[in-house]
Amino acid sequence: MIDNAALVEELRQKFNYIEVNEQSTVIVPKDKLLEFMQALKDDYALDFLTNLTAVDYIDENKFEVIYNINSTAKGYTLMVKTSVDRDNPELPSVFPIWGGANWQEREVYDLLGIVFTGHPNLKRILLDYDYEGHPLRKDFQWKGGRE
Amino acid sequence: MLRTQEFNINFGPQHPSTHGVFRVVLTMDGERIVRAEPICGYLHRGMEKLAESRTYPQFIPYTDRMDYLAAMLQNWGYVMAVEKLMGIEVPERAEYLRVISGELSRLTSHVLATGVYALDMGGFTGFLLCFREREKMMDLLEELTGSRMTLSYARIGGVAADVPEGWLDKLKKLMDEMPGYIDEYDGLITGNEIFQARTKAVGVLKPETAINYSLSGPVLRGSGVNYDLRKVKSYSIYDRFDFDVPLGENGDCFDRFFCRVREMRQSVRIIQQAIEQIKEIDGPIIAKVPKVLKPPKGEAYEEIESSKGIIGYYVVSDGSNKPYRVHVRRPSFINLGYLDEMLRGYLIADVVAILGSIDIVLGEVDC
Repeated sequence: MIDNAALVEELRQKFNYIEVNEQSTVIVPKDKLLEFMQALKDDYALDFLTNLTAVDYIDENKFEVIYNINSTAKGYTLMVKTSVDRDNPELPSVFPIWGGANWQEREVYDLLGIVFTGHPNLKRILLDYDYEGHPLRKDFQWKGGRE
Repeated sequence: MLRTQEFNINFGPQHPSTHGVFRVVLTMDGERIVRAEPICGYLHRGMEKLAESRTYPQFIPYTDRMDYLAAMLQNWGYVMAVEKLMGIEVPERAEYLRVISGELSRLTSHVLATGVYALDMGGFTGFLLCFREREKMMDLLEELTGSRMTLSYARIGGVAADVPEGWLDKLKKLMDEMPGYIDEYDGLITGNEIFQARTKAVGVLKPETAINYSLSGPVLRGSGVNYDLRKVKSYSIYDRFDFDVPLGENGDCFDRFFCRVREMRQSVRIIQQAIEQIKEIDGPIIAKVPKVLKPPKGEAYEEIESSKGIIGYYVVSDGSNKPYRVHVRRPSFINLGYLDEMLRGYLIADVVAILGSIDIVLGEVDC
């Protein structure tokens, strides 16, 4: 039932702007993100956004945003990655495509400071509203108290 | 003409039905809810940040503290991700022990959810009844792992220890009694007219909405979506067991509750089959794993079906002995994402019914 390899191969042929790495992760440029995600949902039945998170690669001066998407009907899964510049971390929200991105994007914004444009309610979710800084960034410094 | 205006009610942060510190700001129009704003983060401990300064095995006990009602399943998700990162093959006996302990953990979680939901709906006897069996299961888990709540049993490459002498017989005896107990819950709680009146046609969730909002576990299956990772992916050795995936029909609070009760019966079935099959299997309970774990550079995402829904672990390695980044996909957190829309139009008494039917654990929501 699960045939991830065939899916990735098909995607590679159809979308010439994507890259696929050796772990079958699809890497998509930031400006094509929404278009690609919409196609995944509409044409490939990838309707369930399980996971959305980001990683700070401070040495390469970029954030990587990771999307794990499942298909409830067909059973396959896909990992999509995109990277955004660390100095201006801004990328479009996938909330219009999957409602499940709502809280997950807020969490990423809260902890890493990545701004999702088009998100209906982008504000802090786990930390206090007036908290300064984004703790999951690698250059985050504790203020006061313990090291 | 009476002058009316909207007003706010703070539901929580210390409301008994939220099972932890969680606040919902309700905007009311008379007795009806217009808007709800869930506020979490009271219990946020920065576990993902903590993980970056711990070695890979050291992070295992932290995972227990997230979903402390089904700690075994949290352990399992994490070690699976690290094993994938390192390419470790888990011995067969360890897989069976993980299934047995994991399903037992799921049972304790569902029994608690059932009992506490009965309490939320005003039935104290149901609460006591469920704790009676939960104690027996906790005793068994204590004998296996050494602690009652924050169980830490899974290890990278296998499990911590083999079962004690005679443990499987005790478990088998309890599992044979369990269907009788579940019949009791059905009679006392599920069949109760007041309970049904308060939960049926409340908090209705359409299947499309549930999928769109990434809800998982009994919340998703209560809406009739047949999506259980144990069947879909059959990770570990779940393809060796014969069990069904209970589904709801209307997607209301009653269906979500009832899915849990019926899932308990399936867990009992899985454990019974596992006890039979494990007798034939001898061998190591942990793979040969180096003392200092240094996974190669790369990343891994693994997800399993927990009692609350899909737990996913995303682990990034930079080649050192500490993870570069750990992210946990917590089912309780994401299941709350639809709460605002779900509460609109209902009465304030329904808030308890709806929130209870999602079965959240605040340790997991805030992480």
